[in-house]
Amino acid sequence: MGDFFKGFGAVFYKETLHVRRDSATLFFSLVIPILQMVVLGFGIDTNIRHINTVVYNADKTQVSRDLIDRMTNSDTFHIVRYVENDRDLTNAIVAGEAKVGFKIPVDYSDRLLHGRSAQVLVLIDGSDSSVAGQAINVTTSIGLDESLRRLLGANPKFAVEMRPKILFNPDSRSPNFFLPGLMAVLLLNVTTFLTAFSIVREKEWGTLEQLFVTPVRPMGLLLGKLIPYLGIGFFELVMIMSCMRFVFQVPVHGDVILLGLFSIPYIFVSLSTGILISSKASTQAQAMQLAFLTVLPTIFFSGYIFPRETMPFIFRMLSYCVPATYFINITRGIILRGAGMQYLWPDALVLLGMGSLLLVIAARRFHNKVIMA
Amino acid sequence: MPTNGNNGSELAVSAEGLVRRFGDFTAVNEVSFRIKKGEIFGFLGPNGSGKTTVIKMLTGLLPLSGGEATVEGLNVRTQAEEVREHIGYMSQNFSLYNDLTVFENLTFYGRIYSLSPERLKRRMAEIVELNGFEPYLNRLAAQLSGGWKQRLALGCAMLHEPQLLFLDEPTAGIDPVARRQLWDLLFELSAHGITFFVTTHYMDEAERCNHVAYIYFSKLIADGTPEELKKIPEVQPPGTKRIEIDTSEVTRALRLARTIAGIRSATIFGQSIHALVAEDIDLSSLRLQLQKEGIAVNDIRPLAPSLEDVFVELTEKHRATAEVAGG
Repeated sequence: MGDFFKGFGAVFYKETLHVRRDSATLFFSLVIPILQMVVLGFGIDTNIRHINTVVYNADKTQVSRDLIDRMTNSDTFHIVRYVENDRDLTNAIVAGEAKVGFKIPVDYSDRLLHGRSAQVLVLIDGSDSSVAGQAINVTTSIGLDESLRRLLGANPKFAVEMRPKILFNPDSRSPNFFLPGLMAVLLLNVTTFLTAFSIVREKEWGTLEQLFVTPVRPMGLLLGKLIPYLGIGFFELVMIMSCMRFVFQVPVHGDVILLGLFSIPYIFVSLSTGILISSKASTQAQAMQLAFLTVLPTIFFSGYIFPRETMPFIFRMLSYCVPATYFINITRGIILRGAGMQYLWPDALVLLGMGSLLLVIAARRFHNKVIMA
Repeated sequence: MPTNGNNGSELAVSAEGLVRRFGDFTAVNEVSFRIKKGEIFGFLGPNGSGKTTVIKMLTGLLPLSGGEATVEGLNVRTQAEEVREHIGYMSQNFSLYNDLTVFENLTFYGRIYSLSPERLKRRMAEIVELNGFEPYLNRLAAQLSGGWKQRLALGCAMLHEPQLLFLDEPTAGIDPVARRQLWDLLFELSAHGITFFVTTHYMDEAERCNHVAYIYFSKLIADGTPEELKKIPEVQPPGTKRIEIDTSEVTRALRLARTIAGIRSATIFGQSIHALVAEDIDLSSLRLQLQKEGIAVNDIRPLAPSLEDVFVELTEKHRATAEVAGG
């Protein structure tokens, strides 16, 4: 069995030397992801707040101003301008100045005073569906609330009262949700690219050809190349985690050690992907293009940005083939929900299986396409 | 049936009817040759003729489509892994890691062949001594000149004391001094019983080999010592012989020689003229003819064809038969 991994030690020795010599690559592969994390972490906010709003208040009474105050106090709407006619209201939305327009008609307070139903026109720019949805929800519930208060008095007792309690991430902070996912994406990039390059470079140098005429076995060669980059990937993980915890103040509810442990199978998958890429590509430029192919599915199908539950069936099935899907389950589980081993081991197991399968395929492809060619 | 590399056989390599097909294309067609231990075997042929494929088959990288081969007494079909333990290989681009030092390159190859730390240390000292690497041990391979790179590559390939070395165009792109030094080293090592399988495009290098084979369009068309090959009847067109005219006035002698009946062709070769002449030409009357024109002839002697002549003749003959066979 030892024979199967023959040459591992030698390749490992050599590969760590390459890594040490090539400090530029190392620097970029470790520092750039942190930069990306900082930019994306501060830049992305999925909570819809402060929607630009124009108001045409034809009523101009205390009652209508109270309604406007309630809208702004909801934190959802941010009033950019008051207009004085219907045309300006519509134009503000067409021009993109605002996404929502309120029109409170002249008889608003009058009708309420006489116990009749009053209408408020809400114009919504539907081009961004999540903004539109949020605007509809908030205005509807404010309208409902307002109506109930008027029917039941100042301190109403509702027959049914919903009391939501948000268990994790109670402030709905975006970084808490995004960064554990971003971790998976960044880790994938670094490790896949590094391994793919390290092998394709040897093709370009002609040293790979030489290695095949030595007693090194493909598995020894591949693992020897893989393990140093596993180390780098792990170091990267620690840096990303520290950045998340201390720069973005994302609380970690679960066991950090477990997260470290379960990230190993994920890094292993990314590295095997890199090796598979290198069995196909013969130049570093080709390797780069192939590696980019893995980036988009990771971003779009893993649940990193779009919830997998709302995906069409086919894409949801596809998401099961994306390694990051499982790792994001793990990171969000541990970091946000404090989930333990008993809930997450299936994800880790799938990753381990994927990694082994990819490595075997890569080793075979290596044998058939690279050595025999 | 020998199972390890230390059998008593006189042969380092034995190839019998090697065939390798890639789909419809036959890259190596019924190639047979035997290399004795301690020989320097020159393997020649134009690019794409199947040289590399033969090396890949003998090193166990490519399965044989037909035929049998043993390397150092090991069957390449069944003992490919052992074969690779017993051979050294140096590719034409020297395959060094440019960002590793001389010492690190050697250490890497030592570990690849699982040398024990003591043996690695001893072999490293021997290789360093043999090649004079001492001052360069901590220099990056990238900073070495072509000749030094090639010596380092050879050192790496020899670290595990293989008895058979495959050198794929070992002198491509290096300067003449380094080329000469390499060949001196090869002779020295072959005197110690090490066998070399060398591919080259240089005819002067082929002349230095103990044993030469020429592969052309997947087929071996010549196999023997350089002397044997030069005596092949086909090399000499019927009714002709080669002579060398040693004279101090080569240019004038050449112009004159071309007018003399019986001389088929003539070229200047340094301080002499090489000519292909009719077999029945009288050498003393030829000398007289030249002297009559006032040319000092130091000597006229029969000349064996060069290896280049041999390969040119064989290639043309083979091409002609291939065309006949192909219709």
